[in-house]
Amino acid sequence: MPLLATHNLDAYYGDFQALFGIETYLEEGETVAIIGANGAGKSTFLKSICGLLKVSNDCVVYAGHPIGGLRATSIVRQGIAMIPEGRRLFPSLTVEENLLIGRYGRNVAGPWTLETIFALFPILKERRSTPSTALSGGQQQMVAIGRALISNPRVLLCDEISLGLAPIVIRDIYQALQKIRETGTSVILVEQDIVRAMQTADRVYCFQEGRLSLSGKPNELTRERIQSAYFGT
Amino acid sequence: MLSWVDTILQGALLGGLYALFAAGLSLIFGIMRLVNLAHGDLIVLAAFAILSAMTALGVGPVLAFLIAAPILFCIGYALQHFVLNRTLGRGVLPPLLVTFGLSIILQNALLEGFSADSRRLSAGTIETASLALLNDLAIGLMPLLTFASAVAVILALNLLFYRTAVGRAFRATSDDSEIAQLMGIDNRRIYSLAMGVAMVVVAIAALYLGIRANFDPTIGPARLLYAFEAVIIGGLGSFWGTLVGGIIIGLAQTIGAKINPEWQILAGHIAFFIVLVIHPRGLFPRAID
Ligand SMILES: Nc1ncnc2c1ncn2[C@@H]1O[C@H](COP(=O)(O)OP(=O)(O)O)[C@@H](O)[C@H]1O
Ligand SMILES: [Mg+2]
Repeated sequence: MPLLATHNLDAYYGDFQALFGIETYLEEGETVAIIGANGAGKSTFLKSICGLLKVSNDCVVYAGHPIGGLRATSIVRQGIAMIPEGRRLFPSLTVEENLLIGRYGRNVAGPWTLETIFALFPILKERRSTPSTALSGGQQQMVAIGRALISNPRVLLCDEISLGLAPIVIRDIYQALQKIRETGTSVILVEQDIVRAMQTADRVYCFQEGRLSLSGKPNELTRERIQSAYFGT
Repeated sequence: MLSWVDTILQGALLGGLYALFAAGLSLIFGIMRLVNLAHGDLIVLAAFAILSAMTALGVGPVLAFLIAAPILFCIGYALQHFVLNRTLGRGVLPPLLVTFGLSIILQNALLEGFSADSRRLSAGTIETASLALLNDLAIGLMPLLTFASAVAVILALNLLFYRTAVGRAFRATSDDSEIAQLMGIDNRRIYSLAMGVAMVVVAIAALYLGIRANFDPTIGPARLLYAFEAVIIGGLGSFWGTLVGGIIIGLAQTIGAKINPEWQILAGHIAFFIVLVIHPRGLFPRAID
């Protein structure tokens, strides 16, 4: 039984349907990537899982229990943490406070503490008392990752963690992600950079206009198939 | 010369009372961007609650306050939980309308329950006690105590906000309530807690209001106005700013009254207007709106 699965998942913004019958699963310890063009529904998919968007109850199953449509506070308490698109740090909190707030709803023992997060991103320790708004984009992304990690989640949802960052910073971020995976955390990685997604993930799903257009292991997928699933050509 | 020193001193101390009126409003406005139009009437409600505890139990105002405060905390929590939380996330108008309605209901309910007579919380000899600073200059003990309490309340709110886990959650919710939920912070519970805390501050304001001056069920809206002006002058989200805002209004009123007694109220509003023209976001804005 997979750790997390979606069954026939539909999602709506008012009358507008953004997702159509999405079927996915995530095994314990696995990393899957979601790729797709802008507006394909990747963020919507993550929001449906973490409770920011209401969906029907049995569309999302986690550890054997339906969690679709539960409140975000209850889902994070069960061990699904989200790194939102655009980082969305709390501007009136310092770096350290931004990290600590991540365990407000779920404070459990595990590999991640303030100390181990500072060991993962040493620069954050130096800047722990500065307001989060004073950081560079890459450092802000590190805080956003640490803020999700500190709850010691079983599933980590990452929404475009490389967006707008310099290549060298992206490399650092992905090295950190590798260490996070080594602790056994399962990861859903939304990524626009197809090459990066293929290198990192165990399996890949491609979304196109709210529908699942392709899925498989990176080495099974040809360039042509991905291109047509991505762009719909 | 000395009379001006006296005026300025009185004005600053009066500002302490206005800061007390404003602190609860500032707390609520800062966290949920909700302008509580019933804030002044809640102060009056709290004053009547303290008065009722005094008459029912035959105790002094301070003890009555200590009894009323936890009850008022629960009233604030319940008000937010059952009524105001339902108005959030639907634009600015619903909370304004609901708190406006609440203001009218409170005024009429208090009129029904306590009549239009003006009341006072009598505190005995301390009301008239004063401290002599110089030969011709004395300050009343009550105004001094009011001011000290205002500073203590602001200090306590700052500690709560900046030194505790709940305070972190307050600020995070104020910054971005959607992402706060991803942290496991139940924004509705945070709002209810905040309203409960605000009601305790309101009870402190009511204690000093009732000892210092007469009150009756109709005086709420004017207190709301002073409180609102103090919050806006200070800047959204800054408690110290709210204290400064209260002092500015207190100073303007007493200085205005010294020049011409009829100008007291007007001078306060003019000071508010001038500050707003020069600093549209207030003197010490913290929160991003
Ligand atoms: N808050 C919203 N309200 C209405 N429509 C939205 C909202 N967010 C996203 N959408 C729409 O849903 C679709 C999927 O968006 P999104 O999930 O953000 O795409 P992606 O993350 O893949 O770029 C798009 O057509 C987008 O315009
Ligand atoms: Mg997106």
